[in-house]
Formats: sequence, C-alpha cells, structure tokens
Amino acid sequence: MGVFDRLVARSRRRSPWLFRLNSGGCNGCDIEFSACLAPRYDVEQTGALVVGSARHADILCVTGPVTRGARASLETIFAQIGEPKAVVAVGNCPASGDVFAGSPEIAGPLDRIVPVDVFIPGCPPRPGDIVAGIARAVAALPGKGAGNGKGNGIRKKMTGGARRA
Amino acid sequence: MSYTVPLGPYHPALEEPCRIDLDCEGETVRGAEIRLKFNFRGVEWLAERKNFIQAVALIERVCGICSNVHAMTFCRALETLAGVDVPERARHIRLVVAELERVTSHLLWTGLAAEIMGFQTLFMACFALRERAMDVLEGLSGNRVNYGMNRVGGVTRDIADPGAIRSEVLRLREETLKKIAPVFLDDRTVRARCAGIGVLSGDLARAWGAVGPTARASGVPQDIRKAAPYEAYGRLDFHVPLETAGDVNARVVVRLLELIETYGLLEQALGTMPGGPLAGPEFVEIPAGEATARSEAPRGECFYYVAAGGAEAPLRVKIRTPSFVNMPLVAAMVRGANLADVPLINASIDPCYSCTCR
Repeated sequence: MGVFDRLVARSRRRSPWLFRLNSGGCNGCDIEFSACLAPRYDVEQTGALVVGSARHADILCVTGPVTRGARASLETIFAQIGEPKAVVAVGNCPASGDVFAGSPEIAGPLDRIVPVDVFIPGCPPRPGDIVAGIARAVAALPGKGAGNGKGNGIRKKMTGGARRA
Repeated sequence: MSYTVPLGPYHPALEEPCRIDLDCEGETVRGAEIRLKFNFRGVEWLAERKNFIQAVALIERVCGICSNVHAMTFCRALETLAGVDVPERARHIRLVVAELERVTSHLLWTGLAAEIMGFQTLFMACFALRERAMDVLEGLSGNRVNYGMNRVGGVTRDIADPGAIRSEVLRLREETLKKIAPVFLDDRTVRARCAGIGVLSGDLARAWGAVGPTARASGVPQDIRKAAPYEAYGRLDFHVPLETAGDVNARVVVRLLELIETYGLLEQALGTMPGGPLAGPEFVEIPAGEATARSEAPRGECFYYVAAGGAEAPLRVKIRTPSFVNMPLVAAMVRGANLADVPLINASIDPCYSCTCR
C-alpha cells in the first residue's frame, strides 16, 4: 500500500459517508435513522455524513425487506458505490423479512441480493444500536476492495470502478 | 423547450422511495406523474393468511410513523364485528397514545419540512423536542416506534402515573410554544419560502376528496374526531384549526395549531383518566360478517374494512390510508410551480408511501 492509499484509508476511517436506502419497509427504521442525525444521538459527531448520491458514499444503509419493486434500484445503487464499500442491514426486515416474510412481493432477504457486512437487529433498532452498527461497518472497510493494498483506491472511486487498460 | 426531470425514487429530500416524473418547461413544472410501487409488500394479502392476533402485529407495521393508529383502527373494526365493548380506561389510554403519536408525527414533519427549506437549526430544534415526546411513549409502551398497545377489546398496558405524563406534556407544550411555534408562525424566512406555493383550492380539495391537515388548510373542515367521535374524543373539548389560503404556509400553520390542540387533548384525557379494567377477555371469537372503522391519523382519515368468515384468519382486509387520497393532489399542486419548490410541495402533504403502497 502506497503512502497515498494509506492516507486515504486513514482519512476514510473518520469520515464514513452514508447512503440511506428504504427498500420497501414500513419506514420505522428510517425514522430511527433520522433520529440518529438529530441532536441526541448525532451520528455526525463521528464524522459520518448522509449524502444524496450513492456515488459519493462508502456505506449503504438498507432498511426494509427488499420488495420486488425496489430490487432493481437496490442493485443499481449498490453498483454505483465505489470500492471499498460496506452494507449495513438496519432492522429485522432486511435480515429475515420479519412480519412480511412469505409475501410473494418480497425479493429479500437482503444478503441474497448484495453482500451484507453488519446486521442491526430490532423492529426498529434503537438509534444507539444504529450508530454502533455504522461504527462496525467503518471498521470493516479497510479489509475490502481498494483498501487491501492493491492500490488505486482513490482512482477507482473517482472513475466509479472503471479499470484502466 | 420541454423536458422531463425525474425526482427519485431515491432522492435526498424523500425519506421513502417515490418516483415523480416532472414535465418541465424551463424551470416551470407543467405536469407530474407519480409512481409508487417501491413499498408494496402485500400487507393485505399477508393479513388474510394470519390469525387475528398475528394480524394486529402485522397491521401495526403498515407504517412506522402512524403505527398505533393502524393497529387501533383494525382493532376497532374487529371489536365492531365481535360486538365487544372496550372499557372506559382503555378508551382513554388509546386516545393518549394516539395523540402522543400525533405529537411525534407532527414534530417529525415540521423537522423534515425545515430541513427541506434548508433551515437546519429548526430541524435540530424540532427533533430535539421530538425525542422528549418519544421518551414519554417509550416510558408507556417500552418501544420507540411500534408500541404494541392495542389488542382486540382493549389495550395491553396501563398508564400507571397519568399525573407525571401530564406534567411532561405541559412542559412539551411550553417548549413548543416558546421555541417551535413562533418560528413557523412568524418568521419571515419560513413565510417567504412557504407562502403562495403549492396552492390547493377548497373546491379542488373537496372534489378530489382531500383529507386531514391538507384539506383543513384549504378550508375544508374535515376531521373524523369531530365528525364521527370514537374512543373518548366525544367527551373532550377541542377545536379543529382551519385555514383558507391552501398554500404550503397554511398547511404548516394548520399542523402547528393542531399540535397545540393535541397537547390540550392530552392534558384533559390524562386529567380525567377513569379507573377500571384495561381489556376484556384474552381471546375474542370473531364471528362471520364485515365491519368498517375509521380514525383520524396524523395525516387524515384512515379507513379499515374487515370481512371475516368465522375462521381463524380474516377473509379480507382493506386499508385506505390518508396519503392514498392526498398523493394525487401533489400532481395538481405542482402544476405551474418552480422546479425547486417541488420537494417542499410534495412534503407539505406529509406523504407516507409505506402506508400508501402497503
């Protein structure tokens, strides 16, 4: 790993950028995710930032059981995130479908569609648990993709994963 | 030159997925097409395959923001069907939880609206206050979002100390009147951002059957708590705030005034809590037949139809949620609006796609 990549990896540890994706849940987890951004739990004090574009994000936070309607969007958004990336499954729904399991409209659970790094259980999980789950995802980032000593991490991120010939 | 701008499905201004295709001419929106499919989980299909006790837990997860009102309305439909009488104390507890939920929902909405306006300080102030209302609900039910307070024939938990909750509600009202209400009602920045955009005329609101604060901001006095009182609403004194301007500012004002009325309702209900049991027998036989129930959710009228065939599971459950009615109005409201105002106009009806798609 070059000096530049080490610097990037070190910086990323203190500034994980999050992208929030409701894959068709009841929005209970999304409200608790919003509560994380509010003064009491304040996930931003750890350096995390919720961003509007998946291309800027490091961590994908998925709520909901992944409905058939949302599956294509989930796959597109996952592909848009540059390496290294981590996926956090917020709540019971992405893990098992919870009360919605058995419905023909459910394409999940989430780990059949994209690789999941951290599961946060709860219906919905408490904001403190969500913050802790994000911290675990941050710790999982260096072992992945561009952070593994193969170099060109930042370049990959800037080109959206396109390889140079 | 006209072109189509897609908004969503995953847009930073939307908490839930929704796709709006906007036909624009320059910066002006000429028309909008709304597509909701992302949250369709087949709740009604699932409810027909679960027994009545399991179905209550499922129905509570139709929507995370107004979870209690869904479970309560479903239970009320089942109680009508079974001819079960709900004890007075349970009626009061249901009202208290429903109104506390309205407090958290309206504070959530004011916070998100402030964020969309770009008023971050106000967002933080609303959410800080909301956390305290959440503490009250957590103290009552043990959970922050899905409370699990309702069952057929009554409630599952008691309010042990109504006096303590009443004094906390009074403190919340004081904070709202001091910190939140003046900003939304008098601040020039908020008025400049909200006044005159997304206008919905009273005639259009009536013709399209708008419900809840969206209708009341256009001068349509429509509130199920007054029109068909349920639980303990008939015995308590409150009035329904009404505005006539029909723009986003009017919807902000209606919700703020409603929030203050809600504190009054809570104060009365907690002050006059009758004694007695919390619920009837644990297992209620649901006979064959059909019933409906409707309640005033934070966003408007929430309607349930349940048909039973005498078996363990319902034959049919039909849910009509407030956003289902209000969402098409967004297409009418954004016509002629500036493209940059669309997220705020969309948010002004307090849309809930999880409810709408189910």
